[in-house]
Amino acid sequence: MTAALSNDLVLAIPELILAIGAMALLLLGAFRGEGAAGLVNWAAVGVLALAAWATLAGTGEAPRLAFSRLFVVDDFARFMKLLVLLGAALTLPMARSFMARAGAERFEFGVLVLLATLGMLVMISANDLITLYVGLELQSLALYVLAAFLRDDAKSTEAGLKYFVLGALSSGMLLYGASLIYGFSGTTNFVDLAATLGHGDGTGPAIGVVVGIVFLSAGLAFKVSAVPFHMWTPDVYEGAPTPVTAFFAAAPKVAAMALFVRTMISPLGDLAPQWQQIIVFMAVASMLLGAFAAIGQSNLKRLLAYSSIGHVGYALVGLAAGGLQGVRGVLVYMAIYMVMTLGSFGCLLAMRRGGQMVERVDELGGLSRTNPMLAFVLAALMFSLAGIPPLAGFFAKYFVFVAAIDAGLVVLSVIGMLASVVSGFYYLRVVKVMYFDDAVGPLDRPIPLPVRLVVTASGLLTVLYFIVPAPLLVSAEAAAKSLMP
Amino acid sequence: MVAALVLMPLLGALAAGFFGRLLGDRGAQIVTSGLLVASAVLSWIVFFDVALGHQAAYKVQLATWMSSGALQVDWALRVDALTAVMLVVVNTVSALVHIYSVGYMAEDPHVPRFQAYLSLFTFAMLMLVTADNLVQTFFGWEGVGLASYLLIGFWYKKPSANAAAIKAFVVNRVGDFGFAIGIFAIFFVFGSVSYDTIFAAAPAVAGKTFNFLGYDLDIMTTICLLLFIGCCGKSAQLGLHTWLPDAMEGPTPVSALIHAATMVTAGVFLVARCSPLFELAPVALQVVTVVGASTAFFAATVGLVQTDIKRVIAYSTCSQLGYMFFAAGVGAYEASIFHLFTHAFFKALLFLGAGSVIHAMHHEQDMRHMGGLWRHIKFTYAVMWIGSLALAGIPLFAGYFSKDTILEVAYAAHSGPGTYAFWLGSAAAAMTAFYSWRLLFMTFHGKARWAGHGHDDHGHAHTPHESPLTMTVPLALLALGAALAGMIFYDNFVGNLREVFWAGSIHVAAGNHVLEEAHHVPEWAKLLPLVLSLGGILVAFWFYILRPRLPVALAETNPLLYRFLLNKWYFDELYDFIFVRPAFALGRLFWKGGDGRVIDGLGPDGVSARVLDLARRAARLQTGYVYHYAFAMLIGVAALVTWYVYRIGVTS
Repeated sequence: MTAALSNDLVLAIPELILAIGAMALLLLGAFRGEGAAGLVNWAAVGVLALAAWATLAGTGEAPRLAFSRLFVVDDFARFMKLLVLLGAALTLPMARSFMARAGAERFEFGVLVLLATLGMLVMISANDLITLYVGLELQSLALYVLAAFLRDDAKSTEAGLKYFVLGALSSGMLLYGASLIYGFSGTTNFVDLAATLGHGDGTGPAIGVVVGIVFLSAGLAFKVSAVPFHMWTPDVYEGAPTPVTAFFAAAPKVAAMALFVRTMISPLGDLAPQWQQIIVFMAVASMLLGAFAAIGQSNLKRLLAYSSIGHVGYALVGLAAGGLQGVRGVLVYMAIYMVMTLGSFGCLLAMRRGGQMVERVDELGGLSRTNPMLAFVLAALMFSLAGIPPLAGFFAKYFVFVAAIDAGLVVLSVIGMLASVVSGFYYLRVVKVMYFDDAVGPLDRPIPLPVRLVVTASGLLTVLYFIVPAPLLVSAEAAAKSLMP
Repeated sequence: MVAALVLMPLLGALAAGFFGRLLGDRGAQIVTSGLLVASAVLSWIVFFDVALGHQAAYKVQLATWMSSGALQVDWALRVDALTAVMLVVVNTVSALVHIYSVGYMAEDPHVPRFQAYLSLFTFAMLMLVTADNLVQTFFGWEGVGLASYLLIGFWYKKPSANAAAIKAFVVNRVGDFGFAIGIFAIFFVFGSVSYDTIFAAAPAVAGKTFNFLGYDLDIMTTICLLLFIGCCGKSAQLGLHTWLPDAMEGPTPVSALIHAATMVTAGVFLVARCSPLFELAPVALQVVTVVGASTAFFAATVGLVQTDIKRVIAYSTCSQLGYMFFAAGVGAYEASIFHLFTHAFFKALLFLGAGSVIHAMHHEQDMRHMGGLWRHIKFTYAVMWIGSLALAGIPLFAGYFSKDTILEVAYAAHSGPGTYAFWLGSAAAAMTAFYSWRLLFMTFHGKARWAGHGHDDHGHAHTPHESPLTMTVPLALLALGAALAGMIFYDNFVGNLREVFWAGSIHVAAGNHVLEEAHHVPEWAKLLPLVLSLGGILVAFWFYILRPRLPVALAETNPLLYRFLLNKWYFDELYDFIFVRPAFALGRLFWKGGDGRVIDGLGPDGVSARVLDLARRAARLQTGYVYHYAFAMLIGVAALVTWYVYRIGVTS
């Protein structure tokens, strides 16, 4: 083994852990049969924790490239990978009781989550259009299967199929965009792309490159579910099993956003004037659609789907602003968003009445009297998602809007704030139903312990974030700095 | 001591207001009345010390209220002779009314609330009279307005009471607006709101002008007229008087305390307090004289034909306030305060006596449904006689000394407005005597017209009954005051001892000797009021005892005049036409058109409707068909590509 290769492998240790872990658990499951589901689930959490520990190695060092510059490890990657690993590790235990009740406690679940997470880590560390695509596909394929995990459930299979078909279309667009970029610049590597596109002859980039960027962004926008590439989101979120939806809303979204940010800032950074308009358009459309379309929803999962579309819009505001401040805003936003969304889905998973999952808004009636603590946490999360100070969600919005205003995107910020006012309506409606409507009846007890822990932790983080905001800000700043040229 | 005196009623108000349920009716009555009696005793001590004992005036600094730039406002109590007189008036009447209410309100379900309001009013009134600066005066001024509003509308289930309360509040607002602007103007000119500073600086400003909206206005005249507008509102002078008769909707003790003895005299007090300013504004003083005299005459004419026992006394109050103002207007502030002092006793007596009649009649107020009552309520009958004698200015009774002094100074002023005031005041004196005895005769004499009227069926004996002790004792004390107050204090207030008595608390310009000259008016001018009053009594006797048909015939032969007087010179109708209806129309325009259609339509309602529209449309986009979704994605890409191709084409 040459020194170069071993050096490369050292950088990819988290990915190696996940890959080896996934295969080992697959074998374990294959030999032990269905009975191994619980063991595999917990083992997968262990693997994720191990990978997270490995990710921390080398924090603060300068960015390092590996595998012939296909792969990059910097603080930005570490920050995002930790978020993704955290998101995955928190969904797995929450899923167990749900899957057991649904009669679908299979060991493949843990393995698929591991494989998807592996894909995400590769995406985050991608330094080449090829790596980007490979990571994206590895993630997506695992996710398609996860969406259809309840094989006997029509809605779940429909969700999986829809996701797959539309995902294939978006992959096609992304590939087409990548090939256009390659055709007009002669390289797929991010470093070379930055160099080639950065030194134009003053006439601006070739039209083919710009069209390529449009297609590439369309593919990436699909993954983060930004308007108008969001259409799959409500259907898939509603149809997929709730823990899977929680996973979708947390980890892949963070990973895709990381990839989006890296692609736009690192190789295409000098073309910001070109792509900024795409991002601005998507941000505005996402924020508005997220705000307006959610109003009419009565299904909580669908409501959270639109909410996630809206939040992607806010995160894209930070990307549109660009620069250190903008990227920092995106990172803070995604971190806080992931905590809030995991908490919200945790609340959903905690609510079961007469053996049925509580999924409709009006079924929350009188929750404040039957389950005051749960109602309080959900209310806090809703206020936070709406961006009410001093909850965490307010600071998330605050940093992206400050970045946008500093970047001169005042109109965008104003639209964002107005959309956030409109979105307040449906968040507060949930609170109103819980606190002021007639009680529907008590929930089933007990709430599974992992769910309770996640809900409590996310509630505490959301409510108390304003006391110690510094650690997140400092690490996000360091991560953003590592991305800057 | 002064601080305790002022704050005790507040303590009573808070106790009865917030812990009324805890204390119970009896407890609330004892607490508020007890504190008020204590406060009244302290006021008399202050009066003997400061006013009669010639102790130097002093100030008690309580706290700093506001301090902002040049504006420095303190909570401070100013105690001089003028304050001492007012303290005695306010607290004595208030204490007696508190006690009287124990009997009068016995059947009311909201006794603690009533007592709390009474005490709150007293506190505000004490703040007003002890204020050391204009802002504190304004605080008390608004405080009594608030208490008046609350008490007029005390029976809040009665629509007429609510309407009267609102009317009193709104009309007073007009006056308060003038007062407030006056305070602003004073601060603008003098840079201070403290009385001492203003009074010291005032002579230097006399005759100077300031520019307002392009007009050069005389500073002192402007300020004094603005202050006088405030006084007109509070003291129900012609133009802003319309709320006072309606205020009779409140319980009768309220009418006695607030709308006869104390609050309505606040305007007179303010003119006297600001005498150093008014003395420098002769034009303003002329306006005060004319308005006061006109009010005295106007209210007396209306009082001639009213049939509601309380309204007669209300117009009488209005008329007497006019006397006080024109006395001040000709420069005899002492006489004006003297009349305020005596008037407080006999007018409170009349009101409480009327309350006793009403109590006996079970809340019947229309004199046409009374008559022959003297046999049943002899004590009330006696005190009403004393009150009427005092009001009409029959010698030896209180009103004689103060009212005759006022008419004499008006004559002695030897000015156009003064002469105007003298003649109108004399005419009003005749009418005062007439309507007072008309009231007495209609209520207590003649045939009993109350059988079958007014008695609600709540199980009482159907014959009128004398009031309980809690009501008759205050009546007796007030009757004592109404009989003797003028005689005892004449020398001190307006006689030879006046300069040591007032000790500079009322400022009289060096050239103003009107009170001195009043002692040297011709005999006929001195006797005229008395002769007119006696004439008024005789006419009343003739009309209502000897020839009871005569007034009816007179009204029928002069229908226009009768209706004109009965409808109070059509002031209410006029205001309704000029102000109220246009205001309502304007309000409705702004409400329905401006607020409803424009602001709500374009604002909250419109926006929320559009949001819902958009929400429905956005939700409809989500059809569930994969090919629709794919189509949306392709459209998105195509649109973005088109946009870029177009843009690059444009720029290059």
